[in-house]
Amino acid sequence: MSVTAKGQGRTAFAYLAPALLILGGLLAYPIYQLVLISLYDYGQEQVSGGAPLEFLGLGNYRNLLGNQQFWGVLGQTVAFAAVCVVGTLLVGAFLAILATRVRTWVRMTLFLAALGAWSTPAVAGSTIWLFLFDANFGFVNEVLGIQGFSWTFDKWTAFGLVAAQVIWCSFPFVMVTLFAGIKAIPGEVLEAAALDGASAFRTAWSVTLPLLKPIILVVTIQSIIWDFKVFTQIYVMTNGGGIAGRNLVLNVYAYQQAFAASEYGLGAAIGVVMTVLLLGITMFYLRALRRSGEVL
Amino acid sequence: MRMKTLVAVLGVGAVVACAPVQSGPTSSGTDEQTGQLRVWLFDEVNRGPKEAVVKEAISEFQGKHSGVTVDVQYIQVSSRAERFKAAFSDPKSAPDVAEFGNTDLAGYVSAGGFSELDLGKWDESKDLVPSILDTAKVDGKTYGVPWFVGVRALYYRTDVFTELGLKPPATLDEIAPLAREIRQKKPELIGISAGGKYLFAALPFIWAQGGDIAKSDGGKFTAAIDSAESKAGVAKYTELIKDDICPPATCAGNGGDASVEAFRAGKAAMTIGGDFNRKSVDASSAAGKYGVVPLPGKTKGSVAPAFAGGNLLGVMKGTQRKTLANEFTQLLASKKYQQKMYTAMGNLPTFSDVQKQVAESDKFLEPFTKTLQSGTKFVPVTPAWAKIEAQTVVPTMLQEIVTGAKNVDTATADAAKTMNAAFTS
Repeated sequence: MSVTAKGQGRTAFAYLAPALLILGGLLAYPIYQLVLISLYDYGQEQVSGGAPLEFLGLGNYRNLLGNQQFWGVLGQTVAFAAVCVVGTLLVGAFLAILATRVRTWVRMTLFLAALGAWSTPAVAGSTIWLFLFDANFGFVNEVLGIQGFSWTFDKWTAFGLVAAQVIWCSFPFVMVTLFAGIKAIPGEVLEAAALDGASAFRTAWSVTLPLLKPIILVVTIQSIIWDFKVFTQIYVMTNGGGIAGRNLVLNVYAYQQAFAASEYGLGAAIGVVMTVLLLGITMFYLRALRRSGEVL
Repeated sequence: MRMKTLVAVLGVGAVVACAPVQSGPTSSGTDEQTGQLRVWLFDEVNRGPKEAVVKEAISEFQGKHSGVTVDVQYIQVSSRAERFKAAFSDPKSAPDVAEFGNTDLAGYVSAGGFSELDLGKWDESKDLVPSILDTAKVDGKTYGVPWFVGVRALYYRTDVFTELGLKPPATLDEIAPLAREIRQKKPELIGISAGGKYLFAALPFIWAQGGDIAKSDGGKFTAAIDSAESKAGVAKYTELIKDDICPPATCAGNGGDASVEAFRAGKAAMTIGGDFNRKSVDASSAAGKYGVVPLPGKTKGSVAPAFAGGNLLGVMKGTQRKTLANEFTQLLASKKYQQKMYTAMGNLPTFSDVQKQVAESDKFLEPFTKTLQSGTKFVPVTPAWAKIEAQTVVPTMLQEIVTGAKNVDTATADAAKTMNAAFTS
């Protein structure tokens, strides 16, 4: 390494240090604490000093992974998140394409409506949906003429309803981002394709889609992370995990089994497992894309 | 080299902070006779009358102790767990005296939050109803004074019963057939509004059969929910949440409030409600056409043991004004102020003589005081119970049965397994 390169490295490090410090403080330290707590029997008694700390090693993890319900909830969470991600992407992409083809006032209306859904707080949105789908007084049941039908009782209608709500409040992000992406494609490229005689479908498949790939990548990863971590909608709409806990997802499960029960050690273990899982999914997705020739 | 420094720094950091943080109240040892006494009480929907009584007690207290001020903070019931946890972890933000639910007691005591009370020198304490005072005890030691008690009984619609020529049930076994008959004749009504999450309605059914949630052997708890008696009670209760009485689609997800709400809306012929539900029922479409009887037991004339809910007043362990805190607790929980609290809020007193007194002046209370006097029961007094409650073990068990996901044997066995895991952890 030459002297100047070393100097440059130092300067770069100095410039990066503040960001590194903030990242370290905001990310590394909490994760370190999370992992640490997950290795202890750490309940309310231990927090407030009423009982001594007990080091369990991997005890919390053994406990968790040996629990049948955990695996059931995990499978449910993955399936639920997958449906939400696919739904969000499809609805978002469809509306983004629609937005590029309609007149300005229609597009403005669409965007305003989407922004409304986007900016509604999750608790408020969930409650409004519950009102709409109320068994006796709900607007939806009145229109369909099925008063008395409970949407939240059956496992699958309850999951369906919550999934629809999650898609409703997360599609705007996908739509707006993809719309911006489509708009940013240079006109000449599309013109060239048209001059070469490509059909609309061919243009979309071979020109627009590849150009949008980086954006689709970002919104997909975002959606996976969001939908895997859904808490509010399930907690509010199924009253804390549904009848007999059959609508539990991992985050609500962690809250109920661990944090509400003051089992912070176990809760931290669930948190670590979730982080590892999400990192794993994201890495897998990134590698799959890289293998398909995408420059990341 | 830079890398090595970094690793070294991280290593040192890891060694320094190699265990999660612990903090907590240690008895301060000081016992100041002046200054500010901090009190936490629960906020209520209609707090005005409660506040007025508390203010009266404060001015009496401040009149007796010069140089002492009492500062009351009203905290939300829904966020009490977080507030108390925070107070236990940081004594500086903690009050000296606090109101708290008796089901929270065991958890708070094991967290080291409340100090033991010596009621021996307090004359009035001998009139406290023993089974209610028991709800303030952990391992035989008293950590609070019962401030008021809440107990549930059977609400029924007098107009419906008269129209159909029916009488309120005389035994526990009569409830299901009676409720079924009402729904058959009046399909728009729920026979009895029971809920899959309504633990305190289910417990009397279990206790009446001689069962229990758990049994204690010298402070060591083991689940008893899967005993033959308990299973009989569970079966009796879950029988109510069926399409021909209280359809699961409507009732399985209901807790206490939602169950009473159906009765208030005029959609149910019976429900299990507390003395504390009176005001809200009187302000509903069921007003003026309902009656209350004790929930009947297994035999004619007996009363099913009810759950003795209620709130306690206690002194925090970290307090720096122990004597003052004790005196204020005894004043606010005294016969005089319990009587006033009854007039203001309708809270049932915890002294047997005061109970008798208020029941004589108000006929409505009779079924409730009768229930109280025939003996009440309580949930297991162990910190593990808070965990079992948070993990919704019993409601989940009831819901599994009413939805047909599991039969009574399997569901109770699974619940017992989860409980035993909590008891031994």
